[in-house]
Amino acid sequence: MMALRPDLAVIAANVAPGARVLDVGCGDGALMAALRDARGVDARGLELEPHNVAECVARGLSVIQGDADADLAYYPDAAVDYAILSQTLQTTKRPDLVLDELLRVGRKAFVSFPNFAHWRVRLSLLWHGKMPVTRLLPIAWYETPNIHHVTVSDFRDLVALKGLKVEGAWFLSGDHAISAAAANWRAEHAVFLLSR
Amino acid sequence: MASAPILTASTVLELAAPLPLDGGQSLAGVRISYETYGTLAADKSNAVLICHALTGDQHVASPHPKTGKPGWWVRMVGPGKPIDTDRFFVICANVLGSCMGSTGPASAAADGQPYAMRFPVITIRDMVRGHVALLDALGIERLHAVVGGSMGGMQALSLAANWPERAGTVLVIASTARHSAQNIAFHEVGRQAIMADPQWRGGDYHAHGKGPEAGLAVARMAAHITYLSEEGMHEKFGRRLQNRDAKTFGFDADFQVESYLRHQGLSFTDRFDANSYLYITRAMDYFDLAEEHGGRLADAFAGSSARFCLVSFDTDWLYPTSESRNIAHALNAAGAPVSFVELSAPFGHDSFLLDVPALDRVIDGFLRQ
Repeated sequence: MMALRPDLAVIAANVAPGARVLDVGCGDGALMAALRDARGVDARGLELEPHNVAECVARGLSVIQGDADADLAYYPDAAVDYAILSQTLQTTKRPDLVLDELLRVGRKAFVSFPNFAHWRVRLSLLWHGKMPVTRLLPIAWYETPNIHHVTVSDFRDLVALKGLKVEGAWFLSGDHAISAAAANWRAEHAVFLLSR
Repeated sequence: MASAPILTASTVLELAAPLPLDGGQSLAGVRISYETYGTLAADKSNAVLICHALTGDQHVASPHPKTGKPGWWVRMVGPGKPIDTDRFFVICANVLGSCMGSTGPASAAADGQPYAMRFPVITIRDMVRGHVALLDALGIERLHAVVGGSMGGMQALSLAANWPERAGTVLVIASTARHSAQNIAFHEVGRQAIMADPQWRGGDYHAHGKGPEAGLAVARMAAHITYLSEEGMHEKFGRRLQNRDAKTFGFDADFQVESYLRHQGLSFTDRFDANSYLYITRAMDYFDLAEEHGGRLADAFAGSSARFCLVSFDTDWLYPTSESRNIAHALNAAGAPVSFVELSAPFGHDSFLLDVPALDRVIDGFLRQ
């Protein structure tokens, strides 16, 4: 398997072989291609950027241009085993509704997001009083697509509020694993596997 | 890369059996005029059927016999091109009802006279029946791909829905699963222009030398507007005057856009039969793939195992993106592997025929799989 972004590698390693997957916000299709090639997964994608969709089609992947907020509604119930939303939750208009849709379309859902409570982010706010521009959050506040800044603790609250089951959770700093207890201040990325 | 594709064969197939039609009649003595490029593999697995648009023809990558212009899709079809004739055996057939060698209203009926308005009203599915008969004659059970833009896309969808075992991949560009009220309305303007021309003579103009050229030209002018984007038209013509410094206070073609449209209309009459225009536009207006399959578009694709790719253009207001997205959602609901992308191009509906490099990449990548 080619080198995947660490959060994608976690997802790829935990998708059952041969499963049906919908990758929402699939980008250039790296995860889908890896899942297809290494695990025989039937992967479909949804992606907003036309040049990314074209790239996916050129890789032989089945990807529909559309956005997570609007177009998940067109997918039937339980259409796939896993709905995957990697690094996209924080860019949606209504993350809570997108989460509902993911678990309607997929029996389970992987959700990964950058943790805005990481200590570097906190330090930047504390010392400089500025929204951080870090390695993982490299874009200034005025042009970032991230419109809903979420922390590991915030996400855990939302999951509890919705009564969802956490089937797995992985916390990463670079490609190092971070314990669940320390995740909210030490993890750059979080990956949750959820079910109803 | 070779500079010009090599036309492998230009052939007319005479169907041995009458062709049954959606209208309930059947048509005997049907001829299908088609061209092929490249070599059919021994296992016949590399065939690609290209379906042409309303006024298109089988000369997809060879010069048009009447106008001498290059084939209508030479930028896409040829050695080393996205539809690579070094790898694929490309077939393009003139549709039933047209006037470039396949049977249509200008063809002779049993009495030796042109059918004219005695020709039965045909549908997109009838055109595809003709294509399937051709594939049968060529011994091709399953196409690697069926590809079409505009009305060609309708044929590709119809083939996928009605003969699901015949194509492995389906590529539909700037098309729709049904004609909208606006689509029908524009076609009706064109048909009325033809039928209002006294030279049309109820369709029996063949014996009189001159056909309804004025009417056909107006039909083409109206249709041509729908193929361009407003922005593209503005950029190309603006309000610029044609070879003059001031308005003439008359009804000459003062504006460049008028002159352009008149030219488009007139030159069209040299290469197209007016009755064919009536019959083919009617077939497009009757096209509603969902209606054919119990009213639910997803059901049209229930039996399909093909991979689909749909492409639309952001400036196409004839068959806008919403139509392609609608098809993509239906295919999704049917569980079919489907890709859909809206490409950005300034040329309106005609973008599928013009220089849009992103389209080349999508087609090349999709057909490679």
